[in-house]
Amino acid sequence: MPAPTQATIKSPVQYTEFHPRWYRPKVSVYWWLGERHYFKFIVRELSSVFVAVFVVETLLLINALRIGPEAYAQFLELMQNPLMILLNIISLFFLIFHTITWFNLAPSATPVRVGGKRLPDIMIAGPAYVAWIVISAIIGWLVLR
Amino acid sequence: MAKTAKHETNEAFFWILFSAGGMMAALFIPIQLFLFGIAFPLGWLHAPTYDSLMSLVRMPITRIYLFVLCSLPLFHWAHRFRYTLYDGLKVKHLNEVIFVFCYGGATVGTLVAAYFLWTIR
Repeated sequence: MPAPTQATIKSPVQYTEFHPRWYRPKVSVYWWLGERHYFKFIVRELSSVFVAVFVVETLLLINALRIGPEAYAQFLELMQNPLMILLNIISLFFLIFHTITWFNLAPSATPVRVGGKRLPDIMIAGPAYVAWIVISAIIGWLVLR
Repeated sequence: MAKTAKHETNEAFFWILFSAGGMMAALFIPIQLFLFGIAFPLGWLHAPTYDSLMSLVRMPITRIYLFVLCSLPLFHWAHRFRYTLYDGLKVKHLNEVIFVFCYGGATVGTLVAAYFLWTIR
């Protein structure tokens, strides 16, 4: 008599070497376009790309200063290219969005407790905005003086 | 277990860089971007002369500042961009490539900044 094969054994619980199928609905690549909050989230994350663009421009400036006055003049000329101005206007929009969302998130990321009570969000975000204004004024003065 | 713990340590390290870079970018980049990217090119304000910028950049404190301004925000970008590609564009299968691209890019940028600032005379 041949040994019973797996198929012939009927038991209430059958062993399979596969996982049961999980319920994992497919999410579209454009999942963040439908809802305002998701869209805001992706815009905030994409602001980092413009942070990197700024660093590249700064490296170009430092390199120009390193080489000499002619290279610096060329750098200023490059920045006058309409495409560069357009890029920088878009960048500035993203960077200000980054600053605002960053400061507004700070109280959630680092809640400060004083005397057992959580400081109101404005006590953390407020000084950050003041620091932003003061730092911007100092840098502006240093560069323009 | 050990591997998981190590992974978590790395995450914390990268998160600190991300977070410091985010603060740096939030506080320092908008004004400089406005000046050099928009106000000077459009002629709203006069661009500083080569000599006046060099007098700033010759000071060690300015170079340290510029180095940090380049480096930390790049690591901020690396962290955010990496997760935007994971979650936003759902390209999880390119995990290692994205990791190398992002943190490699930030490292290269940091080294270039160090070299440029070191060789300014």
